[in-house]
Amino acid sequence: MTLHTFLTTSALALSMASAAAAQQTLVYCSEGSPEGFDPALYTSGTTFDAAGQAVYARLVEFKTGTTEVVPGLAESYDISEDGKTYTFHLRPGTKFQTTDFFTPTRDLNADDVIFSFMRQLDPENPFHNASGGTFEYFNAMSMPELIENIEKVDDLTVAFHLTRPEAPFIANMAMDFASIMSKEYADQLLEAGRPDMLNQQPLGAGPFAFVAYQKDAVIRYRKHEGFYREGLPKLDNLIFAITPDASVRYQKLKAGECHVMPFPNPADIEEMKSEDGIVVEEQEGLNVGYMAYNTQQPPFDNPKVRKALNMAMDKQAIIDVVFQGAGEIAKNPIPPTMWSYNDAVEDDPYDPEAAKAMLEAEGVTDLSMKLWAMPVQRPYNPNARRMAEMMQADFEKVGVNAEIVSYEWGEYLDRSKEVDRDGAVLLGWTGDNGDPDNFLATLLSCDGVGGANRSQWCYEPFEELIQKAKTLPTQAERAKLYEEAQVIFKEQAPWATIAHSKVFMPMREEVKGYKVHPLGLHIFTEVSLDK
Amino acid sequence: MFRFFLTRLLTFVPTFVGVTLISFAFIRVLPGDPIIVMAGERGMSEARYQELREQFGFDQPVLVQFWDYLTGILHGDLGMSYVTKKPVWDEFFALFPATVELSLCAIVLAICLGLPAGVIAAVNRGKFFDRALMSTALVGYSMPIFWWALLLIIVFSGTLGWTPVSGRIDLLYYFPDATGFMLIDSLMSGQKGAFASAISHLILPSIVLATIPLAVIARQTRSAMLEVLGEDYIRTARAKGLSPMRVSGLHALRNALIPVVTVIGLSVGVLLAGAILTETIFSWPGIGKWMVDSIYRRDYPVVQGGLLLIAGMVMIVNLIVDLLYGVINPKIRKR
Repeated sequence: MTLHTFLTTSALALSMASAAAAQQTLVYCSEGSPEGFDPALYTSGTTFDAAGQAVYARLVEFKTGTTEVVPGLAESYDISEDGKTYTFHLRPGTKFQTTDFFTPTRDLNADDVIFSFMRQLDPENPFHNASGGTFEYFNAMSMPELIENIEKVDDLTVAFHLTRPEAPFIANMAMDFASIMSKEYADQLLEAGRPDMLNQQPLGAGPFAFVAYQKDAVIRYRKHEGFYREGLPKLDNLIFAITPDASVRYQKLKAGECHVMPFPNPADIEEMKSEDGIVVEEQEGLNVGYMAYNTQQPPFDNPKVRKALNMAMDKQAIIDVVFQGAGEIAKNPIPPTMWSYNDAVEDDPYDPEAAKAMLEAEGVTDLSMKLWAMPVQRPYNPNARRMAEMMQADFEKVGVNAEIVSYEWGEYLDRSKEVDRDGAVLLGWTGDNGDPDNFLATLLSCDGVGGANRSQWCYEPFEELIQKAKTLPTQAERAKLYEEAQVIFKEQAPWATIAHSKVFMPMREEVKGYKVHPLGLHIFTEVSLDK
Repeated sequence: MFRFFLTRLLTFVPTFVGVTLISFAFIRVLPGDPIIVMAGERGMSEARYQELREQFGFDQPVLVQFWDYLTGILHGDLGMSYVTKKPVWDEFFALFPATVELSLCAIVLAICLGLPAGVIAAVNRGKFFDRALMSTALVGYSMPIFWWALLLIIVFSGTLGWTPVSGRIDLLYYFPDATGFMLIDSLMSGQKGAFASAISHLILPSIVLATIPLAVIARQTRSAMLEVLGEDYIRTARAKGLSPMRVSGLHALRNALIPVVTVIGLSVGVLLAGAILTETIFSWPGIGKWMVDSIYRRDYPVVQGGLLLIAGMVMIVNLIVDLLYGVINPKIRKR
């Protein structure tokens, strides 16, 4: 018996003896420390996993493994005729967690919902600035302009009155920033003069109750016995072992020191698949990597020039080399796992000869352009520099000379927004809420020019469709318009759509019920250990 | 002795001011606006951007920012992390014991192995043993820490299963943080096996962190010993018929120690630099890992305050070494 196995077995024996026999404890080797435990204050997935998904619950939720919105703390909701009032009917008898630091005396009610939003909306709320708060998502989703007021109809009914119809609103309510907190707990913190503790000792109605956090080392949770979903969670304890290095995470998984690990090295995946005791789940991520032309600068103001360059690109080679196969060619600006994806759209064929001829026909010869490569790794682009080099070689074959430029990430994001920017920019997007509006309007609307719309593209027929789609009540009606919008997008080619990456989740084979989430969240509500 | 101490202490002040200035200027010279990085691809409106700039004080002239920073330091306030919104001091003290524990283990390991290795090599000068030891030391010195750590993990944890992969203790043990030193806390917890688990988690990171100082100490000891062994009084000692052990162990080593103590003092800086990588790989929750995370997040106050605290620590250790030096070698004090 080796030293380590001896130690682990004795530790196991001990914990078995002290706790009830069949305690299920899952160790998740997370990739980093959460920034805090208030999901409304942050934008990173690491924080959402540790706070938003483990501790909290929302009015509506994404069904695990999909972007479908299902009832959560609200059993149901109605939308008014004019599309401007959303009335949520809360689930009666919903319990908040009981922990060492708080014991609830009442069930969840409308006050909790109103508190959770008002602390973000109202600058006078004592919790608005308690943690130096910057409610980035609340602002990014235009909530301050959108929400006119929130009304308590009765204890179990809350109405959100909006300033305009906004179809993506319901998907937004399933996002982490919309997590419901306990007003009673908040009041207790306020009384103690420690409103900042809301960000350090979280308490919600989600599947797991917070036990302790040791910075940069470990987060401990235990099962929330009164969780509103019958029979869930199945685990008794959940432990996040913070392990930033991907190779180390893999070694820990192999050694059985953790059960699930996110973000493996792409180069390790083949080996993992053949490893005994390890299974690798995979799913397409809800993202797109693209190259945005500056459609306001000649010659890129000419759609035919953009089309021609798109045809000069060998995307399959990029998928093979840059993504090492962990991705697929993108033809639309939204990923195929999203509703309204138009599969009938045809991608530009890879045809350097035709591309060259097209450029000549448009009178574009001796074109020199700048090609921007991001300095960081993102899910939608694991190696922008390499990608840019491959494109550079492809462009050279059609007589276009591309110069690769790069800036520090903050500079890159900032400068690439400029309307008179020189050159085409590599960038991408990961979906927030599974709504096509979150891609098409955020990245390609006229409002986005000079901002998130890096192609500076404002095209009337496209704009009309996406703006109208926002106001329609049913998904089917909206989907029709989005499908048309994708056709126009392809004809006009403000971007070269490059890839949708795949997400891999290696785990031990005894882990049952884990589903890879397209929004990149890591959720353990339905997971159990089979031993 | 008092004069010596006083002059040493006085040089401390300008050095500290210099470090403050550098740590402040350094991150402002680096490209990158933390507010833009904060929002990422998502971006934010101009109004929001201005609001945040104001909130973090970036709208002030640089000189005003520096003044605020300096006065803050004088009041013992290093500012608040942009990310966690907690005071830099609090975060530092929560993580510092982990780094101290690891560094102490590493330096003890480096001294315990490095000193004898250097002495043995010097005594066996030119023989096989000397060559083997010195070439191993050279390899150790030039080893990239990142690679070396992963190699050890893969061999000893992955393949052989002798040591745990990373962390400070088996996570099935759970007890409150009393002192922050895992070896002490695990003993105090009274949980069976906790102390052994803490030790087993210390083995690999200590070896990795000790590697470079160990090589430096061994080489320095060897050359200092060789110098001393050539001195007349050693020849006298030998002529008196003292055993070789006594000659090299007692007479020579004591004098050879003087430069070695300096090297050990200087190793503290090397240790802290090494800790940044070692802690990241072994998920060791200390200040090294804290700094790395903060640089990625452009968390200026943490990077700034962290640099200052680390620099301060290295300076204090060097001060102690200087004083020790004076104790070992009385000649120094007179200068």
